Amino acid sequence: MGERGKDDTMKHRKTNLEPLEPDAEKPENQEPMARPAATPHKPEARLGREVQARIGQQLRAMYNDVVNQGVPPHLADLVRRLSDQDQD
Amino acid sequence: MKLDPAIRDQVLATVPSLRAFAISLCGNIDRADDLVQETLLRALAHIDSFEPGTNMPAWLFTILRNLFRSEYRKRRREVEDADGRYAETLKSHPEQTGRVEFEEFRAALAKLPADQREALILVGASGFSYDDAAAICGCAVGTIKSRVNRARTRLADLLAIDSVDDFGPDRATRAVLAGGGRS
Repeated sequence: MGERGKDDTMKHRKTNLEPLEPDAEKPENQEPMARPAATPHKPEARLGREVQARIGQQLRAMYNDVVNQGVPPHLADLVRRLSDQDQD
Repeated sequence: MKLDPAIRDQVLATVPSLRAFAISLCGNIDRADDLVQETLLRALAHIDSFEPGTNMPAWLFTILRNLFRSEYRKRRREVEDADGRYAETLKSHPEQTGRVEFEEFRAALAKLPADQREALILVGASGFSYDDAAAICGCAVGTIKSRVNRARTRLADLLAIDSVDDFGPDRATRAVLAGGGRS
């Protein structure tokens, strides 16, 4: 059981960015959110593969900066303390 | 009965990425750590509602995001206004990346609408599937895809990336010469 959980965790370490595609938002899914005022669909709006890869790389580098800090001691203590309490 | 150590370890293993996500939401490390702490308290108090074998990271991210949305909404405008504050919260940078380029990236990310930044982080950095990201944000998969696409297009615009040649030392040099004056 614990192993399945571990697999899940591992599975989510990779990224899932798909290639850019035309606006996938369907009318029924739409929610009131700020659309950029005027962004006509220009051909150059489609990003090149390298650019996408680069953005993804920057994003993960920044994120992993924090991830690599590990678990702060006070949060580790908190989880251990609460885990040792009787659960109802 | 005490908590199953396997479950506890799954919670602990998720804390680092919870923090990274929280920082992207709050734009502030101290507030992010408060949010993570609150998330852990909430999660462990309701651990019975977690179904073993299902996705622990997605479960915890959902709790964190809901807490942020409900309790931190009051301060939302403050967060949205924090142009560049997200960038300032993280001063170190990976060695393989040019500093100027990296700071530019962080500043650009901070300018994205919160919904778009959140979607981009979940899919592009946390590594969640579009389905999981949609479940975490409580919206349709199509909405997540749309937000991620817009975020990436907007980022490229902000960074004025025209080609791969725009990256690297030349770009960094130009940025330094320009004195960081960004319009």
